[in-house]
Amino acid sequence: MNPKDELKILEESLEKITAKAREFGLDFYDMYFEICPADIIYTFGAYGMPTRYSHWTFGKYYHKMKTQYDYNLGRIYEMVINSNPCYAFLLEGNSLIQNKLVMAHVLAHSDFFKNNAYFKNTQRDMVESMAAAAERFRKYEFEYGRDRVESFIDAAISIQEHIEPRTLVKKGEETRKNRLKGKKQACHFERPETPYDDLWNIEKAQKCVCNNCKEAKKFPPEPEKDIMLFIIQNSKELEDWQRDIMSVIRQEMLYFWPQMETKIMNEGWASYWHLRIMREIDLDESETIEFAKMHSGIIQTSRTRINPYTLGLKIFEDIEKRWDDPTPEEKEKYGRPGGEGREKIFEVRATENDISFLRNYLTKELVEELDLYLYKKIGHEWKIVDKDWEAVRDSLVSSLTNCGHPYITVQDGDFNKRGELYLKHNYEGTELDVYYVEKTIPYLYTLWGRPVHLETVLDNKSILFSYNGEKGSKKFI
Amino acid sequence: MSGKGFVISREDWSLHRKGEIDRERHMEKVREAIKKNLADIVSEESIIMHDGHKVVKVPIRSLDEFHFRFDYGKQKHVGQGDGKSKKGDVIFTDPQQGKGQGKGAGEEPGIDYYEAEVTIDELADMIFEDLGLPNLEQKKKPELASESVEFKDVRKKGITSNIDRKRTIIEAIKRNALKGKPGLHGITPEDLRFKTWEKTYKFESNAVVLAMMDTSGSMGVFEKYIARSFFFWMVRFLRTKYNNVQIVFLAHHTEARETTEEEFFTKGTSGGTRCSSVYKLALDVIEKRYSPQDYNIYAFHFSDGDNLVSDNELCIKLINELLKVCNMVGYGEIEGAYYYTSTLKTAYKRINSPKFTSVTIKDKSGVYPALKKFFSQAPDQAVN
Repeated sequence: MNPKDELKILEESLEKITAKAREFGLDFYDMYFEICPADIIYTFGAYGMPTRYSHWTFGKYYHKMKTQYDYNLGRIYEMVINSNPCYAFLLEGNSLIQNKLVMAHVLAHSDFFKNNAYFKNTQRDMVESMAAAAERFRKYEFEYGRDRVESFIDAAISIQEHIEPRTLVKKGEETRKNRLKGKKQACHFERPETPYDDLWNIEKAQKCVCNNCKEAKKFPPEPEKDIMLFIIQNSKELEDWQRDIMSVIRQEMLYFWPQMETKIMNEGWASYWHLRIMREIDLDESETIEFAKMHSGIIQTSRTRINPYTLGLKIFEDIEKRWDDPTPEEKEKYGRPGGEGREKIFEVRATENDISFLRNYLTKELVEELDLYLYKKIGHEWKIVDKDWEAVRDSLVSSLTNCGHPYITVQDGDFNKRGELYLKHNYEGTELDVYYVEKTIPYLYTLWGRPVHLETVLDNKSILFSYNGEKGSKKFI
Repeated sequence: MSGKGFVISREDWSLHRKGEIDRERHMEKVREAIKKNLADIVSEESIIMHDGHKVVKVPIRSLDEFHFRFDYGKQKHVGQGDGKSKKGDVIFTDPQQGKGQGKGAGEEPGIDYYEAEVTIDELADMIFEDLGLPNLEQKKKPELASESVEFKDVRKKGITSNIDRKRTIIEAIKRNALKGKPGLHGITPEDLRFKTWEKTYKFESNAVVLAMMDTSGSMGVFEKYIARSFFFWMVRFLRTKYNNVQIVFLAHHTEARETTEEEFFTKGTSGGTRCSSVYKLALDVIEKRYSPQDYNIYAFHFSDGDNLVSDNELCIKLINELLKVCNMVGYGEIEGAYYYTSTLKTAYKRINSPKFTSVTIKDKSGVYPALKKFFSQAPDQAVN
């Protein structure tokens, strides 16, 4: 078909699809669809954004995805970006029906971006600001050399997940005060603050032994989860361009974080709606078959991982069912009148993230129906170890906590009084990958410029990993 | 944006090359990493034991993106069954060492390090980059030179049967285009192009590797594997230098005999060790089958050094004899699980010939340095 005609037909279908979606109550941004060849879609997929900075790790993903596509092992049909207007990229060579499904799917994503609470603070002009950042990175490459910039990015991305996405949560001061309040005796060093305090520091020869003092002098005053920010603000090692690179990487992570913490909901929501919308649109026989084939491909399950599309879709459908048609028990216990299904799922999509979504709506019946289980490595074999629904749900929830990354905080930015960085992993029963710890700490040294320590737990014993710029060490503490 | 609330468009993306550029950078890093890790990769089992596949997978840990993460193997994970799963079901078994990874991509849990795919030839090029052949002697008998014909030139005159059709047509198209009438019409004599040959001389050169190994009880699987990796690359390397490389396997304990490759690397015997036996056999083989006038001879002997002390003097004598007929003689001592105060290596310190090299290999990663040492081109021993 001639490309112009193709565009025209697509436009007609899109008009019907958007009208249908609005009728259903979806509330999305203005849409900007773009048809791209495969290597472009895969580039965007690898980078997460068309305009992102350049780095070999993206090249690695791109290579992997592109190879899979070339060997016909996997295919992404679309790529959608949380922005206003909302950009969506369609794969050139998609059939008309594939494009219809993808467009319906994407409209629901756009609705989700626009209405889910966790996206409230995301920068909707990220396409432009990423482009500007990429341009600056290129300039740094000219100025400081490609290898230097590249290896700095290597170091910065090694801790990029360690940010604090809950920017609105007030912290620090309150908890500290509460703790100090509990102490009975005031320390002799603890006096009201005056503008001349720094004078006293000159002759601070004698050490204070009481615990209160130590507490008060701590830096940071409270354990800091945003390691990226802490280093940007406090590292004595970094030059301005390096601080800029770290800030950009942190901003981008803040932008992507809500997508990571709502993956199941977001994909479930989009799948729920592409199904509903496509059912309302006239399809001929062969289109119906192709649509069914494609949909079943999307919700295909795996024995080793959760398919977010399937799980999210099932939960949304289940919520709708339970609020439309509550059991007598539910009616009585929760005062649920029935017929509120649609309303309820719209509320859920606006207020929950994956963790609360699963905690609140993954029921015993669903776990059993979906045949979810927990498996674990025993010797050489990966075996199913638990099928109890609560265990499955809780394990799933805990694997999503902090988007699946270990929760690590800065405890001390002046450890040993030598400006060393002391990090602590909040151990909650899962050990860290030791090989990775030993390889990551040197990157932190690059960023901090002074020895770096990480406390965690192995075999139920506290252990401290350290790196002093030359070699790493570990000792049980 | 139109009133409809959407736009569909199609742009020209042909200049958007970012993915390709970063992919190229990634591949560059893969090659760098392979080079840096040659010592480990050289003795990678999947290569030495490769079953004719041209492409091998090499794990490259340095291209992992390190960050703080949980230990995958110690975590519980959630999976989804087909409705009939029950406690105790095995959903996946880790591939055992040496076996191929059969499962489809994306199904195995836990395999998350980066594996680069390289061809054995690419790998060989990298390994051989720093290797050279020292002690090249002009063979007394000139190498057999055979004349051969190679088409490597294009001319305007030639034999009709050798017309280069493609080039001729291109010339015609070019000429027409210049005249402002593009297309293929009317081939004139000026357009004709002919393929032309040149005479070249091909030098037939032969080399033979005498692979000698101690197969006495003290040589275990590990020791044999080291020897195997070494010979694998040695033969491959010599093939880049000579047209024809043969390899003769000579195994020994207290007595030596010629074996097949299979036997050489798999069968073991018990008993003591008398290295002189294999040197005698080697000299014998050279005398009977591989005249030093026609062949470049490379002899290499692997042992754990646990030789009968009374035999050492004889060994030195025989090595000196081998040195007279061979291009190079090497001795590799493998320090395995048991530690012997080696007698042989100490004894060989007395051999003073630039053609003799002795190396000690402690583990798998020692194979590459050993190759480098054996095939190093020391400046004072440079060719001629």
